[in-house]
Amino acid sequence: MNISTESIILNDKNSREQDIDMNFKDKLLSSYIAFEDHHEDDSPLHDIRNKAIKTFEANGFPTKKDEEWKYTSLKSLLKSDYNILPKQEHTIEFKDVKKYFLHDIDTYKVVFIDGVYSSFLSETTHDKLDVCLMSSALNKTKYKPIIEAYYNKVAKEDSLTSLNTAFAKEGAYISIPKHQEVDKPIEIIFFSTGSEAALLLQPRNLIVVGENSHVQIIERHQCLSENAVLTNTVTEVFAEKRAVIDYYKIQNDGRTASLIDNTFISQEKESNCSVHTFSFGGNITRNNLSFYQKGEHCDSTLKGVTILEDKQHVDHNTLVYHISPNCESHQNYKGIFDNASTGVFNGKIIVAKEAQKTNAFQQNNNILISDKATINAKPQLEIFADDVKCSHGCTIGQFDEDALFYLRSRGIAKKEAQALLMYAFANTVLESVKIPELKVRINKLIATKIGVNLGFDI
Amino acid sequence: MLNINNLHAQVEDKDILKGINLNVKAGEVHAIMGPNGSGKSTLASVISGKDEFEVSQGQILFEGADISELDPEERAHKGVFMSFQYPVEIPGVSVTNFIKTAINENRKAQGKKDMPASKMLKLIKEKAELLEIDRKFLSRSLNEGFSGGEKKRNEIFQMAMLEPKLAILDETDSGLDIDALKIVANGVNKLKSSDNAVILITHYQRLLDYIVPDFVHVLMDGKIVKSGTKELAHKLEENGYDWIKEELVN
Repeated sequence: MNISTESIILNDKNSREQDIDMNFKDKLLSSYIAFEDHHEDDSPLHDIRNKAIKTFEANGFPTKKDEEWKYTSLKSLLKSDYNILPKQEHTIEFKDVKKYFLHDIDTYKVVFIDGVYSSFLSETTHDKLDVCLMSSALNKTKYKPIIEAYYNKVAKEDSLTSLNTAFAKEGAYISIPKHQEVDKPIEIIFFSTGSEAALLLQPRNLIVVGENSHVQIIERHQCLSENAVLTNTVTEVFAEKRAVIDYYKIQNDGRTASLIDNTFISQEKESNCSVHTFSFGGNITRNNLSFYQKGEHCDSTLKGVTILEDKQHVDHNTLVYHISPNCESHQNYKGIFDNASTGVFNGKIIVAKEAQKTNAFQQNNNILISDKATINAKPQLEIFADDVKCSHGCTIGQFDEDALFYLRSRGIAKKEAQALLMYAFANTVLESVKIPELKVRINKLIATKIGVNLGFDI
Repeated sequence: MLNINNLHAQVEDKDILKGINLNVKAGEVHAIMGPNGSGKSTLASVISGKDEFEVSQGQILFEGADISELDPEERAHKGVFMSFQYPVEIPGVSVTNFIKTAINENRKAQGKKDMPASKMLKLIKEKAELLEIDRKFLSRSLNEGFSGGEKKRNEIFQMAMLEPKLAILDETDSGLDIDALKIVANGVNKLKSSDNAVILITHYQRLLDYIVPDFVHVLMDGKIVKSGTKELAHKLEENGYDWIKEELVN
């Protein structure tokens, strides 16, 4: 279907009936026309969006025939009749969502409900740094320099990222000037209320951290009902020289929520960026996480804990691109899979010819609790420099029998011993979490998921 | 307390124990010595319930009841403890959290509630001091990065905390220098009472200078071929095992 100049009015019941015949891709293409109609023709963003929708049109949704999507099928998700451009605003009472925030400490908060900013639940700031909205950043003149310098500059031009770019209008915008130690962590939360039967959300986040500044960010997506939600999110993060960014993604959503998270991190010299991804919830979750080490002496840390059951699926697709010399990267993903859950780990490390003295380490360890659980793991190393240290290790197994026996010989029953081993296994990733309250929180979450009786302190 | 009658055990259809008879009473210390491959560690593993070993014949009676079909944790609940020759490393679980879980699981099996936190802390402090274990050790991951001596001291620390009726110490002296050996031996001696018993499995006589046995048994080719007192251990130290083999042939 080609993009015609004909507009189609959405949220109109008659046209929705027509839509059922169109497949999801077609529906998105025609929605785009209506969406773009609301914007000025001559803004540079218009060109970016147009190029993006054309990329999506040419490639469509990835299928299992694509090497990068071999083990993750979106087919079941594409059947739903999604509301693509929700306009209704819904309110939520704080008491109903309090548990999704960190409440033992003070934080900045950028909160969205069904893709719309909630000033009531948020706590933004413009004092010394900007923690606010993408919609403001894209439209107000004062943000133009940052947008022109950074927006859409590190995101890949693959189909799903492009789809987001075409429809991008809201999300978190965080811009930190030089030499700032951001005093509080920033929580970015996307709620969906599920008043629509099925909802497509496409948040777009931009995070720019100035020279020598430090920030901690926690991101979460939470569906508050039993209706299907598909989130296709893009986050671009820029670390200027010597910046330190600690990013934590909490993926503990309901079982009808699916997430495609595209996060791109560009690092200038001597910067230090870490992303911890905790995947416990959701239906189908795909994490596309890419680090580009543009400057020398950078440090990149990618860690994850995945604990799944029933028919849940998580696909971690990581890329660390060592472009410059003298950089380090550490990846450690641990997964525990029960019932018929499935996991994918695809970890790519590219070391460019100039990237001498690179140290790149990758570790992926998995425990399969049931016979029906499956893991597909593919570490890929492409090394073009000759003076580097790269290692990768991948294990898939059941419990360490010697460790189990040791625990049981002390009187710890088999089930409790297995749980303790799983807890210990997952726990090692938590060592690098720098927000103590978050560490405790995730620790308790892991213990609950595994069924360990945490009578003890952390 | 422990009566082993005609015990035969195999691993993967290979016979390792070929008819062990052993009686241990409360208050006694028994040493089991023997050349490599004689089945010493197998005996320890079979008593504590490692499932790769199958009991093909005979009984293991603990306080009158046969425990040879019980799970390892059930044997632990009855009061059997083994100090491992090669303690496993378990990253992610601290020594403290591990021992607290073990103690409370044992209490649960006896129908008791969890030990109150203050009492637990006091007990940990007391037993750590006994084994000269530094407090910062307790928050480290179990056995991770521990030297051989530290691992063995940690085993005896667990023994001190769990207060078992029967403790089987499997080659506890291996890898220990004389100072570590003294600390471990001192710990074991302090824990000895008329209500509990210790089986020392050892290759070298040296440990027996510090933990003095009431009985010494020689295990060869899956059987106990000779029993005696601590003098037997000295004789083995001086003359090796060959003279016993000759005795048996004649």
